[in-house]
Amino acid sequence: MSALALSFSDTMVLAKRNLARIPRQPDLLIAYTIQPVMFVLLFVYVFGGAIQTPGFDYVDFLMPGIIVQSLAFGGFVTALGLAEDVKKGLIDRFRSLPMSRGAVLAGRTLSDIALNCVSLVVLFAVGFLAGFNFIDSTVFEIVAGLVLCLFLGYAFSWIFALIGLFSSSPETANAIGFTAIFPLTFASSIFVPVESMPDGLRQFAEANPFTTIADAVRSLWLGTPAHSDVWMAFVWCTVLTLVFAPLAIKRYRTVAAK
Amino acid sequence: MDEDAIVVDGLKKSYGAVQALCGVSFSARTGTVLGLLGPNGAGKTTAVRILSTLLQPDGGTARVVGLDVVKQAPALRAKIGLAGQYAAVDENLTGFENLEMVGRLYHLSKGEAKERANELLVRFDLVDAAKRPAKTYSGGMRRRLDLAAALVFRPPVLYLDEPTTGLDPVSRLSMWETIEARTAAGTTVLLTTQYLDEADRLADRIVVIDHGNVIAEGTSDELKDQVGGERLDVRLEDEADRERAISALAEIADGRPTAEGDIVHAPIRRRSGVIAQAVRRLDDAGVGIDDIVIRRPTLDDVFIALTGHAAEEEAAAETPEEVRA
Repeated sequence: MSALALSFSDTMVLAKRNLARIPRQPDLLIAYTIQPVMFVLLFVYVFGGAIQTPGFDYVDFLMPGIIVQSLAFGGFVTALGLAEDVKKGLIDRFRSLPMSRGAVLAGRTLSDIALNCVSLVVLFAVGFLAGFNFIDSTVFEIVAGLVLCLFLGYAFSWIFALIGLFSSSPETANAIGFTAIFPLTFASSIFVPVESMPDGLRQFAEANPFTTIADAVRSLWLGTPAHSDVWMAFVWCTVLTLVFAPLAIKRYRTVAAK
Repeated sequence: MDEDAIVVDGLKKSYGAVQALCGVSFSARTGTVLGLLGPNGAGKTTAVRILSTLLQPDGGTARVVGLDVVKQAPALRAKIGLAGQYAAVDENLTGFENLEMVGRLYHLSKGEAKERANELLVRFDLVDAAKRPAKTYSGGMRRRLDLAAALVFRPPVLYLDEPTTGLDPVSRLSMWETIEARTAAGTTVLLTTQYLDEADRLADRIVVIDHGNVIAEGTSDELKDQVGGERLDVRLEDEADRERAISALAEIADGRPTAEGDIVHAPIRRRSGVIAQAVRRLDDAGVGIDDIVIRRPTLDDVFIALTGHAAEEEAAAETPEEVRA
């Protein structure tokens, strides 16, 4: 087999391994299903009445944002899983095997895509039940939005991979992820229109890639003016992947069990 | 064909200001077990990490089955197996799935990987647990699975990094038996350990390292000879009889006996008949004996003699290897 075919085979073996653990760790499954559902219900019914989204029902405004946030955080299992693999010495074993150097991380990020697809199904199910509708969207636009969300999730998987490889334990990875990235999703247009934010924060939110991506998905699914958001969103995802994938692979090559 | 499967020459590695290895050299003949013995922090694991291509040395060279561990790392990885103190198995996968995955990552075909996994589960006595996630395994079972994973590809060189650290005495003994019986003949094994009895039992040759330096090398017997041969220890009923006991034993001793509290130590050459003679002579001299034993030096003695400290904290509490009279 060629080197490329072997790398692909290694990646698939490891992606399968990551997916096999999901049904055996029910807590992970809960994080993937109940948590996004809870977020939708919380924002639509608790905060929704107090948030002004001119021209839209709040649920229509919220769903693209919450999908962007949920899929960005889909890679979190990668951070937790890698931190655990490092701690347990599994990474040592993988690195001592005659396998492809990028396969462990490629397998992780690939299985994240599969998990994110499951997330999407759950989110859309609860979204439609709460009254979400696509507005003026073609099938192409709907699919483009889905691809964009999955691409964002993929880019973030690499960021989380790097976090996981730098953390001494899954707990640390968890703490870093939640203190560094979680607030970023709130200082954006994911949950509220940025126009409602005070000066300073508003400018920050406008520059935030989460705003660009959430607005891009809204323009695809709700027919809002797109401006440059859609292609900028794809640029962001590409840049994040191109920056963080090599960093994570570099870190993987030297990471040592604690 | 190279006589030595592992050749390490002047290996150096430091982590910041800490020198983990300060120019370590040793070699292991093909098909033998080399014990790397040293206390925690001696540099054993660093050496294994370099030899298994996980870590790059700062200086020196190392060749395993003729392959340079830095320049030919990718080719070398197909020749080595690594099992360690971490018991690196995926807890969420079953025993079978763990072995199958490792087989696939060694690029065995699906069929071969399954077949090999089943074969190893039988050999390592894990058939009943094959379909259970590894997180339900006992410590000893995990180590066996870890060792089985290291042997999936029948590597000519196997690294065992502290294979019994943290195991209870029963699991430890069974792990020793597993290592002795299951590592195929012809496999070169590098075993690191801080347990002297483990090196004594499993290793053909022992390299003692401390603070990143090799301080002694040889077979277990050669090392023990360095601190002298066998010794007769006599516990006296009355400490006041010390001088009389020393002169009574002087003739049968190989060197002048010494006394320490109520115990008289006499170096001896031959064991046969020595105790009977000693008892007779002491009785003739009217010295009352509380206890009398022939003591062989242990690797503990070797270690203390070489380094001035014990190899392991528990060493002090361990009973010396004794031949009771």
